[in-house]
Amino acid sequence: MTTATAAPPSPVTKGAAAPGRPVRSVHRKWTEHGLVFVAPFLLVYAMFLVWPLLSGLGMSMTSENITGREGEFVGFANYAEALTDPDVWSSLWNTVWFTVLSTVPLVLVGLGLALLSHQLRVVQWLWRLSWFAPFLLPSGVVCLLFAQMIFPSGFGLADQMLAAVGLEPGIGWLSDERYAMLSVVATTVWWTVGFNFLLYLAALQAIPVHLYEAAELDGAGAWNRLWHITLPMLRRTTGLVVVLQVLASLKIFDQVYIMTGGGPDESTRPILQYVYQQGFTGYRIGYASAVSYIFFAMILIVSLVQPMLSRRRAEEAAK
Amino acid sequence: MSGSATITPPGAPRTGSDAGSTGRGPRWSAGRITLLVVALVLTVAWLVPLAWAVATSLKPEGETTKTPLEWFGSRITFEAYTKVWESGELMRWMMNSAYISVMTTVLMVLTCAMAAYGFTRTDFRGRKLLYGLVLAGIMVPPQVLIAPLFTEMVQLGLVDTYWGVILPQVAVPAMVFILVKFFEGVPRELEEAAFVDGAGRWRVFWTIVMPLSRPVLAAVAIFTFISTWNNFLWPFLVTTDPGGMTLPVGLVNVQSSFGVRYAQIMAALVIAGLPLLIVFMLFQRQVVGGIAHTGLAGQ
Repeated sequence: MTTATAAPPSPVTKGAAAPGRPVRSVHRKWTEHGLVFVAPFLLVYAMFLVWPLLSGLGMSMTSENITGREGEFVGFANYAEALTDPDVWSSLWNTVWFTVLSTVPLVLVGLGLALLSHQLRVVQWLWRLSWFAPFLLPSGVVCLLFAQMIFPSGFGLADQMLAAVGLEPGIGWLSDERYAMLSVVATTVWWTVGFNFLLYLAALQAIPVHLYEAAELDGAGAWNRLWHITLPMLRRTTGLVVVLQVLASLKIFDQVYIMTGGGPDESTRPILQYVYQQGFTGYRIGYASAVSYIFFAMILIVSLVQPMLSRRRAEEAAK
Repeated sequence: MSGSATITPPGAPRTGSDAGSTGRGPRWSAGRITLLVVALVLTVAWLVPLAWAVATSLKPEGETTKTPLEWFGSRITFEAYTKVWESGELMRWMMNSAYISVMTTVLMVLTCAMAAYGFTRTDFRGRKLLYGLVLAGIMVPPQVLIAPLFTEMVQLGLVDTYWGVILPQVAVPAMVFILVKFFEGVPRELEEAAFVDGAGRWRVFWTIVMPLSRPVLAAVAIFTFISTWNNFLWPFLVTTDPGGMTLPVGLVNVQSSFGVRYAQIMAALVIAGLPLLIVFMLFQRQVVGGIAHTGLAGQ
């Protein structure tokens, strides 16, 4: 790095390079001016993460509305109301149900696609393009496409496909309570499975080749290698992918809001949409904050408990 | 090979990703051909919705809802595209999205890289406590903050401004964590030598640390750009004026005004989806590496 030599001391390093004692001054430079470096981040972090987190907790104990006028202090009344509000429970249930329905295929399909692509070794760009590219589309594009041209009755592609193979079309993909959530799940799988596919693909590429070479020498077939080398080597990645996927699925909002608006009959409405309705269309910011905190508690439990479980499982496997 | 997720120094042990380029040539056994057929079927399945959007956008309006299934209308026309483009809104939203995504990415990379450098290479009172506080922030999903954050934006007068969209997306604790992990693995000798030569801290950061970290910075920047470009919830909440909307929010906002002009809706969606797809096709490896690295290292 020749650029660094013979550079004049910059203003931030006052007192640097005291002649005769280079070692000490170098050591000083290692440790000084740290706050200058972390200050810009900490300022934005404090203003737009820490502060709303704290003020939200405060607001959840008031009757505050959206105009920012001070509400009255109501203690835990909002939380008490939320816990007896059937709409909170049904939206929480919808959120959990969506998470279960979407996580299973998103992880398994992601793994399957990665195994396929890794095993084939040819035209990698094609697999990546077709399976990962949808992930790069904004939710608005994906959801409008599915809501306007795939799921409508009659001319929608889904119904036309049914008709083409001789099945009865006219299914209310988004308007029938039996199918609406499944349609949202299918859209989500199509849209975001590429992310898990990439994570698995990266993990597959990181498996040392010599393991396979040794297995091949021992006469292990393709299934044996998949079962005894590949899948065990992917266990850690699977843990990560599942946690990431559960956390992402719990935060569902876009797909439901754009495709069904929470319907039919609120049967797909997730908790975030309920927060939005209470806070932004119902103007009850205090109550919306309380519901947010209940949701936050749920996410915290998942993000703390799940790694603990998988660690214990890993320890048991190691014994 | 850059397909691999981890950004490691050269000389790392050989892994499966090398075998694709240097290993034995593939043999076309029956099993492998079956896999190829399965993969091709799945590829078609994944591309059909996109093809359907493009096909619809090229039909004359009025032929878009025909049954039974027709991939092409009576003629191929770009009418829908010119109509959508002439209305002008789409261009405006694209510019808004570009400005917001670029500003967010630049500010994010800058503040997070500086903070990560400060946390790994300096010492000051409360450093460990502050870093712990930043790490704790990884657990806070931005979605749970929408109500208080919106109230704060009203008070700051930032509703319907670019800064109102940008600022809450800048301080991402997970990115600081990723960069700290990277900086911890960088040997200090280069920086020490520069200090002995009399370079200042700021200069060392810009001329040595930042260039050395280019791969990880690119990964983090790509990830941030994509998620900002596609972000829906926060820009949707904080913009009410159609002129200031980002692309995804604007599209959803006007979908009702398209009515039943499906060719135009699909044309708008194709235009809106194209920029990132083009970027992806040009920089496939970098995008794949950036997403995989950031996605995995964030935990």
